[in-house]
Parts: sequence; structure tokens; C-alpha cells
Amino acid sequence: MRLTQGCFSFLPDLTDDQIYKQVQYCLANGWAVNIEFTDDPHPRSTYWEMWGLPMFDLADAAGVMMELAECRRVYGDRYIRLSGFDASHGWESVRISFIVNRPPQEVEFELLRQEVAGRSVRYTTVRRPPQHVSP
Amino acid sequence: MLDLPHARSADASGNEAPLPASFDLRNEAEAAGITATLQQLDQELIGLKPVKDRVRQIASLLLIERIRQRAGLVSSPPTLHMSFTGNPGTGKTTVALRMAKILHGLGFVRRGQVISVTRDDLVGQYIGHTAPKTKEILKKAMGGVLFIDEAYYLHRPDNERDYGQEAIEILLQVMENQREDLVVILAGYGERMTNFFASNPGFRSRIAHHIEFPDYSEAELLFIGELMLRERGYRLSAAARKAFVDYIALRRTQPLFSNARSIRNAIDRMRLRQADRLVSDLDRMLELSDLETIDSADVLASRVFGGGPVVDGQAAGSAK
Ligand SMILES: Nc1ncnc2c1ncn2[C@@H]1O[C@H](COP(=O)(O)OP(=O)(O)OP(=O)(O)O)[C@@H](O)[C@H]1O
Ligand SMILES: [Mg+2]
Repeated sequence: MRLTQGCFSFLPDLTDDQIYKQVQYCLANGWAVNIEFTDDPHPRSTYWEMWGLPMFDLADAAGVMMELAECRRVYGDRYIRLSGFDASHGWESVRISFIVNRPPQEVEFELLRQEVAGRSVRYTTVRRPPQHVSP
Repeated sequence: MLDLPHARSADASGNEAPLPASFDLRNEAEAAGITATLQQLDQELIGLKPVKDRVRQIASLLLIERIRQRAGLVSSPPTLHMSFTGNPGTGKTTVALRMAKILHGLGFVRRGQVISVTRDDLVGQYIGHTAPKTKEILKKAMGGVLFIDEAYYLHRPDNERDYGQEAIEILLQVMENQREDLVVILAGYGERMTNFFASNPGFRSRIAHHIEFPDYSEAELLFIGELMLRERGYRLSAAARKAFVDYIALRRTQPLFSNARSIRNAIDRMRLRQADRLVSDLDRMLELSDLETIDSADVLASRVFGGGPVVDGQAAGSAK
């Protein structure tokens, strides 16, 4: 199952050149760029592990790409995402976030439906052990 | 606000316009802004002929390389790492800043910022501290120029386990693998740089341009002084100029002389004395010319003429 979270996730994976340009856009806007990774990309798992510190005050995205290469070398078997945090007053939140690395075999989620009192329905997303290779 | 095309993704499009068969060199040079930058370099920096020649050569190479690229000829990005050697105050830092501008104008670095560091910025205090520190600086310098002043302090021959070695290895790797992301300029005093390169052949071989900064002659120092005064809106009276010539001749033989920087410091002190002289007589009307003119008294009051050793404030301290 192809994980779709954040920007661009319904598009083919971004190439490194495309990632570079997105990062440059973030830096040009003065956003802090973060690299995060996880092996548990459950939709409710908001906080992923951080790779190093947030990066700001960089002139060029090549520095971020260098860290990303290093992160992929170590955690290439996990999901890695980049995010741009806008610290300016009134925003103070993540402005962009996109996946830049997927494990060879993606995770599987299943939606469980449970009927409860008063005919209401409760939904739960549960992770399944991988069953088939994603196309 | 989008960025310049990234070097790696250049000429991605397959169907380009037919290649031009001839190029207007003047237009090309002007479009790249090097004519102006080189002219400015010539005007604002006195002397330094060998340095200027070399800068011009590099600029020419880059310009031709750029045209070759557009003409569809084989072109390999030249190695641009450099080392600047010379005595204190000979203009190494100043030229490094200009270099960044030239490289940026020609598109060989994408942003053109200069990050100026010394050992303390790169090397950590304990195990595991150095690599992140060095990488932090490298990340900031990407797309521009990393200027490492007094580079030989990175290497401590007496201590095999010195953390400087770790910084050196990271630098060498990036200098080799990310040549299109970063230009490294090492600077320092001549002999110690030679020793440094001898014990770190990796650096020597990665650096394409070794540029030596000569000491200034007395005439050049006088020009530099006058240029600095002009920039600050002052001029020397005829008598003051004569005194200044003597001052330079004396100061040059004294300890801690640091070329143009000593001149700059002397000028700052001359301005101080001039202001003091003007203020000491409150009962007169000041003319514009009084404000502009440095008089011989302002020069001659210097300790340099007293025979005693001068303590050149900044020359003794850190080199910046
Ligand atoms: N050729 C020159 N013409 C005009 N001004 C100069 C020239 N060379 C140096 N200066 C001035 O002298 C001062 C010192 O120069 P700079 O800092 O570049 O020297 P440096 O070689 O880096 O010295 P250090 O080795 O001590 O760091 C600066 O203010 C600079 O503007
Ligand atoms: Mg300097």
C-alpha cells in the first residue's frame, strides 16, 4: 500500500533535484527545515524521530541534501520526510511536509469498523503485517 | 523568488534551440559581471599585481568554460579550491570576499556567501563534537565559499589524537565530492602553510590555485592610506603627507607590523588626534576644510616617532 501523507504524495516520488528545489523554496522563505524518520507512519503518529537539529540560516539546499543522504544511508529502510517550519508570528507551524524516502516494502493499514450503541460506528486504523508487495 | 537552476539539473531539456556558432566575448563578460568586478578589484585594492593577475586568469577560465558549456563542447567544472598565503594585513580576507562575488557572477557558486571560520569553529572539545560542528559550518557554506583562516591550526603534529584531524577528513571528503556545491579557500602565513600542506598532502592535491600575497612596498602603503582616508572623507595636508611617508618607513621596521591593517589602525588614531586637536580649542569657528584635513601634528604625535615600541592594538590580537 502506498503511503499518502503530506504534500505530493499522490505524485510519483520526487527526484533529488525536485527535493532540492522544494528545500530551496523553504529556505528562501526562512522556514526551518527538518528531517524526520520513522518505522511507524500510522496516521496518528504525528511525531517522527528527528534526524539532527532543525536547519535554518542555510543559504543553499545542498546542506540539507547532504544530511538527507546521510539519513538515508542510516535509515534507508524507513520512511523519511522533510518539513518546513515557519516560526514567524501568527504561523508558528509546519508549512510543508513531504515524504522523501520509503522502505522497500511499504506498511499496510486496515480500516476496522465497529458498530456500537445507538447504531454509531467507530473506525480504527490498524497496521497489518505486510501481505503483498506494493505495485 | 525561486532559485537559480541547480547545477546538477542544468540542461535537462532535450529540445534546445540550435547552438550559437559565435559568441560576443565582451557581452558575455559584461553579462557575467566580471568586467565590473575586476575593475572594482583593480581600483579598490592597491598593488597585489600577482594576485590580480591570478584572479583575472581564473575569471577568464570560468568565462570560457561557461561559453564552452553553452557551445556544447566538452567542459568539466574546474576545481576552484584555493589557498592564500601571505603576511598579516596583505588583503587575503578582502580578496576572498571578492572571489566569492566573481564566482557567483559566473555561476560557479550558486549563492555567493562567504563563511569565514578558524579552527575553533570547526573542531570540537570532546569526542563526537567535531563532526557535527564541521558539518554545521559546511552546510552554511554550501552554495558559497568557505574561508578557513590560519588553516594550519587544524593540524596539530604533536598530538596524534587531536580532533582537528577529524575535521580535516570531513573537509577533504566534501572538497572532493561536492566540488560544485562549495569552494574552499584556505588562508595563512606562508611558511606555516607550506608545512601544513607537507603534512596533509590531501589538501595540497585538492587545491588548484596557490596564490601568494606579497608584502606592500612603502609607496603602496601610502596609496592605501590615502585611499582609506578618501573613503572616510579625509585628506592629508602637504606637511602631513610628508610625515606620513616617514611614519610608514619607521612603522614597517617595527615589530607586529601588519601591512594594510597597520595603516588602517594608524588612520583611526590620526582621526582621533585630529578630533582631539579640534575640540581642544572651543573658541574658534570651524571651516569645512578643518574637518577634512589631517595635519602633520596628528601624524607626528604617534608613538612610532618616539622610538618606543608601538602596540598595534589589532595587529597583536586576533586577525580579523
Ligand atoms: N591592496 C589593498 N588596498 C586597499 N586596502 C587594503 C589592501 N589590502 C588590504 N587592505 C585593507 O587592509 C585591511 C586588512 O586586510 P585583510 O583583512 O584582507 O588582511 P589579511 O591578509 O586577511 O590579514 P590576516 O592574515 O591578518 O587575516 C582591510 O581593512 C583591507 O581593506
Ligand atoms: Mg584575514
